[in-house]
Amino acid sequence: MRNAQFILFALVAAAVTFIAARLIDNAYVFFAGYVVLQYIVLATAWNILGGYTGYVNFGTAAFFALGAYTTVVLHKAMPLWPLPAMMLAGGVISGLIGLGMGYLTLRLRGTFFSIATLAMAVVAQTLITNWNFVGGTRGAYIIRPMDSTIFTGDYIQYLFLIMLLLSVTSVAVARAIEHSPLGYGFSAIRDDELAAEASGVPTLRLKLIATVLSGGLMGMAGAPLPYYVTYLDPASGFSLSYAVNTIAMPLIGGTATWLGPVIGAILLGTLQQVATVTISSALSLLLVGLLLVGFVIAAPKGIVGWFKQ
Amino acid sequence: MSDALLMVSGLGKRFGGFAALSDVELHVEEGERLGLIGPNGSGKSTLVNCLCGTLRNDVGEMVFGGVALNGLSAHRRTRLGMARSFQLPRPFPTLTLAENVRVPILYAADVKAGVVIDPRRRCEELLDMVGLLAKADRRPADLTQVEMRKLELARAMASKPRLLIADEAMAGLSHQEVDDILTLLMTLNGQGVTIIMIEHIMRAVLAFSQRLVVLVAGRKIADGNPQDVVRQPDVVAAYLGS
Amino acid sequence: MDLSFDLLGNAIISGLLLGGFYAAVTIGVSISFGMLDIVNIAHPAFIILGSYTAYIANSLLGADPILSSIVLLPAFYLLGIAIYHVYDISFERRGDASIRGLAFFFGILFITEVTLVLVFGVDYRLVDAPYIGPSLHIGVIHLPMRLLVPFLVSLALIGALQLFMSYTFIGRAVQAVAQDPMALQLMAADPSRIKRIAFGLSIATASTAGAILIIIQPVEPSIARDYIGRIFAICVMGGLGSFSGTVVAAMILGIIESLTSTFYGPSWSPAVAFGFLLITLAMRPAGLFGRS
Repeated sequence: MRNAQFILFALVAAAVTFIAARLIDNAYVFFAGYVVLQYIVLATAWNILGGYTGYVNFGTAAFFALGAYTTVVLHKAMPLWPLPAMMLAGGVISGLIGLGMGYLTLRLRGTFFSIATLAMAVVAQTLITNWNFVGGTRGAYIIRPMDSTIFTGDYIQYLFLIMLLLSVTSVAVARAIEHSPLGYGFSAIRDDELAAEASGVPTLRLKLIATVLSGGLMGMAGAPLPYYVTYLDPASGFSLSYAVNTIAMPLIGGTATWLGPVIGAILLGTLQQVATVTISSALSLLLVGLLLVGFVIAAPKGIVGWFKQ
Repeated sequence: MSDALLMVSGLGKRFGGFAALSDVELHVEEGERLGLIGPNGSGKSTLVNCLCGTLRNDVGEMVFGGVALNGLSAHRRTRLGMARSFQLPRPFPTLTLAENVRVPILYAADVKAGVVIDPRRRCEELLDMVGLLAKADRRPADLTQVEMRKLELARAMASKPRLLIADEAMAGLSHQEVDDILTLLMTLNGQGVTIIMIEHIMRAVLAFSQRLVVLVAGRKIADGNPQDVVRQPDVVAAYLGS
Repeated sequence: MDLSFDLLGNAIISGLLLGGFYAAVTIGVSISFGMLDIVNIAHPAFIILGSYTAYIANSLLGADPILSSIVLLPAFYLLGIAIYHVYDISFERRGDASIRGLAFFFGILFITEVTLVLVFGVDYRLVDAPYIGPSLHIGVIHLPMRLLVPFLVSLALIGALQLFMSYTFIGRAVQAVAQDPMALQLMAADPSRIKRIAFGLSIATASTAGAILIIIQPVEPSIARDYIGRIFAICVMGGLGSFSGTVVAAMILGIIESLTSTFYGPSWSPAVAFGFLLITLAMRPAGLFGRS
């Protein structure tokens, strides 16, 4: 299926989803659905660097939260900016951070890159915590607009729609990469970086591209967060649960294609929403951790891989 | 151009206190078939790695097709036209054979031609050349030893090299399999590819090489006509012990 | 910024003592990552676990944290063996070590942290011991016992490990397997068994490291993450697998952190370790695949 066809299908699926949600007419559907869609973006973004290229990023929270805090800054400095513009800004900032960090650490073994991402998340959190303009540890209150300039109706539905479109975009990007020269380059790097270099693949450049793409998408996913939660503090923005989820979802769903992260996000995201309401949010997180370890040990190819056999 | 295709001078590489290569001088003419031999540990693999950019040499100059190689990354050198096959084959395990061969086509061959290549057709041609077309959609795990070596060579050829370095492509193969690889390399040379063959199998090296270079303990001790070189006393001593 | 000699001197001394502690925290990873090439990013979680076990022993039984941590060494050792067993079967043997191995340890880090939150909550916990309050005074130098005792314990721990590595058969086998697993096999020792023992040792150190951590500062589950950057920065800077290098690098980091904390405030400490890590990584030669 060609890229244009796929995008069309995806948009149709998105439209159907949105209309269905409107018909159910329960605000909770939009609230919960936003989180699942957000994870589709995060998992897909992570997988571009992780599953396709083989470099594990533990610092999802940093890219994600930087996108959120870009919005906080812009909201305080220029409150009339439309959300899509803020998302672009968030994506650019996160992409640049990815570029910088990648440039410093991607020449080395993948494990050093991974450790650096984990350490970077802590540092980003430290910097934001010490920055009073965005509220420091006390956090920031963001007033959710009554409505947006582009969309009539409940603002939450608007956020849901935005995230839906971002999901379609990220999945389309991931799928387009898969069978493109870029995708082959990524796979070569993941399989055997030395042999990839010898085959003419500019490994550093491609790794940087993957990092920037991945980080940028994560930043865009984080940008609407302040409007969603209306109160943002570093502890929740940088929560480790983001890192665990974005790793668990592709690993459980399957890292080889775009479909794995989507399946993982929908399954795990829904599971957590249910568990948070029925048991407790801490237990639901524990469940995610256990599933991650379980799948990594027993089903390395994920759900998609399991079905392919 | 009267200049050789590859010119190496004063090449040296140390690992800690150990001198893997010392003051190596080498030149290879366009279209030549050069054999490189030496006992285990003599530095042949180090030399290949320094030539290809996988390792950084400490001292010395290398010029390939008029371009100085020092400081160039491995992928740049491949794109310039230098290809190698790995001693222990390093295929991309999650990709099919066709996809394995496709990677260098996309990243190295495209750059040079100026002519538009159809990757799929080119993949098939290359796999056919090494007799692996039937297995194009299989994974490297399904291959036999000799088939893996052939895949290595096909992948090296996919980047349209001017110089191919075949690093012990025949090690551990049967008599017939050695002949297969030998024929393949001769065919490639016939198509205009300069080849450096690094090998332990003497009959293959002698049959193949127009010129023979001997490396012992990181130094070049012989360079010339194969039949003469193998009779040189120090070469004999290096292999049999003095 | 008051650059008085007292302040500077005390900051450096505290940093040195802190560095000793950091060495104990890192020594386990020097073994697992430096020698066995296993990226156990969950190590800080085991240290925090050690803190909590010391806390339980202290609050329920009134036991001295350091002594109880020594009693618990075998338990942690067995835990390490069990984890290595799972790791070995799932990843090392399959040759799939990198991405899934990392995810495995990350999962363990996470599970440990969340379980601790579920059991103990997010409140800070601390221990009570006679040497936590007082300080030694030598002239203008201020030596808080709560830093000094951990420092000494840490050096003792590392010293004991070094002796073990150099003078016992198993210890030397561990060093051998770090350098050349094949040679070890030819000597009729099973590399897998040696690695298992070594990994068990590395987790055992977490018991004591955790105990001295909770002596130095109150502990809550999420501080494990602060230590990951520190540990790997020290490990890499100190030269993978070298105990003396680890100690020196730990002291340097301790001093830099202490100076930063004294003159710029403690909330910047995590950033120091990261800066340290980045500089360390940047100093490694570019273009080298694998360890040098």
